Amino acid sequence: MEDHYKITSFCSIRDQTVYKDGEEYYTNTEAATVKDFAKGVYKHLALNYAKFYKMDDLCKLSFLASEVLSQGIEFPEDTALVLANHASSLDTDRKYQESITNREEYYPSPALFVYTLPNIVIGELSIRYQLKSEGVFFVSESFDADFILQYASILLETQKASQVICGWVDLDSHKYDVFLALISKTGNREANAAELNTIYSKL
Amino acid sequence: MAELQLELKEKIIEQLSLEDVEVSEIGDNDPLFGDGLGLDSIDALELIVMLEKDYGIKLKDPKEGKLIFESIGVMAAYIEKNRTK
Repeated sequence: MEDHYKITSFCSIRDQTVYKDGEEYYTNTEAATVKDFAKGVYKHLALNYAKFYKMDDLCKLSFLASEVLSQGIEFPEDTALVLANHASSLDTDRKYQESITNREEYYPSPALFVYTLPNIVIGELSIRYQLKSEGVFFVSESFDADFILQYASILLETQKASQVICGWVDLDSHKYDVFLALISKTGNREANAAELNTIYSKL
Repeated sequence: MAELQLELKEKIIEQLSLEDVEVSEIGDNDPLFGDGLGLDSIDALELIVMLEKDYGIKLKDPKEGKLIFESIGVMAAYIEKNRTK
């Protein structure tokens, strides 16, 4: 990636705690479920976005990380989204599977079904910020800063996007690991793989 | 009928995840879609599933939903007339 691109801001959500730019932003160790924790963050952020409650847990966590990331920052409509995870949409896939196992009571839920693909996260964020941009969601073994930045770099350098929200949004049952970074021309941290790995790993 | 209307409001709030909405905020004649509760097309599909699952009403044409789901009042009247359970 060219030198003039920076890591403008980043947000991580792990172990019932939200971090913004490496600093603890919100924690709630009393939350019994991911849903409860996410609701607590939503209330803390004083958001008013009814669609949040309809999202699955993967989308909720990604949405909340993006909201923290967006504080004081505008996302122009050509902000690209480059995301990845390991578990795909498995958490919701399991719930959907459970809901259709009883052939006597076979009532598949459309609201659950729409979340049985991980790239719905891209859709939810695009709707929220009115993005009309490139969006991609990869499923891979682990967070690969090199790969993510390489993809982001192509979008930026070919002027397909003016900035990129990239990261790792993984959820499987009660375990989650969410990390989003905004890459643009402003910021103090160089946008390179070593730096991205450092801020991803240190919390 | 009033009992069924209350039941529908409670079911809609629960099944459509309208967590910030109270039963008292939904008027019997308020539109459910558009400027009313702001429900969307996926919610409409959920309501069709709910009709079948809870009241034994199977809509042959999903377009019928547009009329049936106009408001709680219209929905309750339709269910009262067509329910099989």
